[in-house]
Amino acid sequence: MTEADMVESLIYTKPGSLTHVGTHYCPGCTHGVAHRLVAETLDEMGVREQTIGVAPVGCSVFAYNYFNVDFAEAAHGRAPAMATGLKRLVPGSIVFTYQGDGDLASIGAAEILHAAGRGENITVIFINNAIYGMTGGQMAPTTLPGQKTTSSPLGRDVETQGFPFKMCEILAQMDGSAYVVRRSLHDVANIRKAKKALRTAFEVQRAGLGFSMVELLSNCPTNWGIAPAAALTWIEEHMIPAFPLGDYKVHPAAAAIDKAR
Amino acid sequence: MAKELLEGNVAFAEAAIRAGCEAYFGYPITPQTEALEHMARRMPELGRVFVQAESEVAAINMVYGAASAGARVMSSSSSPGVSLMMEGLSYIAGSEVPAVLVDIMRGGPGLGNIAPSQGDYNQIVKGGGHGDYRPIVLAPATVQELIDLTVLAFDLAEKYRWIVIILADGSLGQMMEPAEMPPMRPVRPIRERAAWALTGAKGRGPNVISSIYIDPAKEEVFNYKLVDKMRTIESQEIRLREILTEDAEIGVVAFGTAGRIAQSAVKAARDEGIKVGLLRPISLYPYPYEAARRLSQRVKSLLVVEMNRGQMIEDVRLATEGRVPVNFYGRMGGMVPMPDEVLDAIRRVHAGETVGLPGVLA
Repeated sequence: MTEADMVESLIYTKPGSLTHVGTHYCPGCTHGVAHRLVAETLDEMGVREQTIGVAPVGCSVFAYNYFNVDFAEAAHGRAPAMATGLKRLVPGSIVFTYQGDGDLASIGAAEILHAAGRGENITVIFINNAIYGMTGGQMAPTTLPGQKTTSSPLGRDVETQGFPFKMCEILAQMDGSAYVVRRSLHDVANIRKAKKALRTAFEVQRAGLGFSMVELLSNCPTNWGIAPAAALTWIEEHMIPAFPLGDYKVHPAAAAIDKAR
Repeated sequence: MAKELLEGNVAFAEAAIRAGCEAYFGYPITPQTEALEHMARRMPELGRVFVQAESEVAAINMVYGAASAGARVMSSSSSPGVSLMMEGLSYIAGSEVPAVLVDIMRGGPGLGNIAPSQGDYNQIVKGGGHGDYRPIVLAPATVQELIDLTVLAFDLAEKYRWIVIILADGSLGQMMEPAEMPPMRPVRPIRERAAWALTGAKGRGPNVISSIYIDPAKEEVFNYKLVDKMRTIESQEIRLREILTEDAEIGVVAFGTAGRIAQSAVKAARDEGIKVGLLRPISLYPYPYEAARRLSQRVKSLLVVEMNRGQMIEDVRLATEGRVPVNFYGRMGGMVPMPDEVLDAIRRVHAGETVGLPGVLA
């Protein structure tokens, strides 16, 4: 082996859009994967210094600790409204919200629907893990029929507790939506697809095409009571059948952006 | 600039524009909708931001976002709509971003009606949303004062990084009277926004706007910071008007529209030889306790007039410390007292009667 062969070549580093702090997320939680994908995307687009994130209330309430970008911490469910104010008053910025299912689909249902309806030029990262994580595992709007949570201890009974909200399907109906897709974080192949979708979503915002959202099917080993590896399998076996992966709304110009890349 | 005949709602909206307001977020609600309509036309015309939000909840959170970007921003609403904004106001207070809100009060509780009222005093002046904070509250009695206080509101909001609420009622919002507009101030460019503003972390570390302090010890430190801020506000920003109080034996205390009506009654009572004067608090927070205390030391009795069941009267009593009887005359539910009614109350107090509502007696 020559000396030249021994020069270290760094091929994998922490994205500049992430800070150097320890995580507060539970072992095996996919929030860390989602954070990294968003940060890599901002790095690759060279937009870190013009980006403003909006954190929700939920496990990712502290998202601003991890992203090396300007950040606001919104009231529960109001991130799309807050993002509207930010984007309109800093027109050259890239504004994204990062919201869980309780935040986005329950208490913030009106705000997300109307942000999409206005074609608000923001990007929404929607973490759907079918449960309230931070408050300790209560039923979410996306909890599956029959799924046991602390507030549906016998399993979600659709007769009395309603049906799961399919937010991509709902928001794709809005004329203001430019890009609405669902991906999953349960394995490497799907993580790569999620990354690609995030890039498209942010590019859609940069091109001013309107509202963009990437729903990421995620896990909650702690509150599901399932070990991390098995929790990934649970996404595949239980969540994907209820929340089919796919592209629900793709503006023709968004498709062109994708193709050009 | 010359005086024009201006409607209150349009007047404060245009005054905000003149004060450099860059964005308005609101939701239609009577009796303040003309303000939203004025903004809907004027703001885009000037290249500024207008959004009709899906609710008052969303409107105040849009204000929160825009304020976090360091912009001059406002909303306006009326009582039921303002109730919906309490969550957002608490977050705005908890993250110390400047914001201006106008509440054109109407009759309540509940859906109530669309007639003038002062029933929001407790909600607005005593803090409204959860947590330890009090916004600056300014109560105009004329359209001119509404204009002037709106301009002042933006300056105070930025000076203290705090919420400033203009508390007026439906009669002032709907009333037309001659008033003069201030000159147009330029809108501040983004590059001149405050150092804390969220504009993208270019050439600096990230800024964070948040109201969360998960460690109670740090939250307490933050609360002490707010205590200091509010102490400064209490020492610097008290505003009031006193009329004929020098030799008064009866002191009338009333704010906003009730203050204006009381002023007519005070003058009429003077014509009858009754020595009566008026204290009209303009800043409701900070409340002019000292002026009320001094007045209570000079007069034989006080008469509080409000368009509610008696809300500000608690502050008057606090200042009076039991020195003199505190009488009350009020109308509720959207009813506006006539000057004659107040005059009659003054006469009764003068005659030594106790005037008050059951449960709100002196």
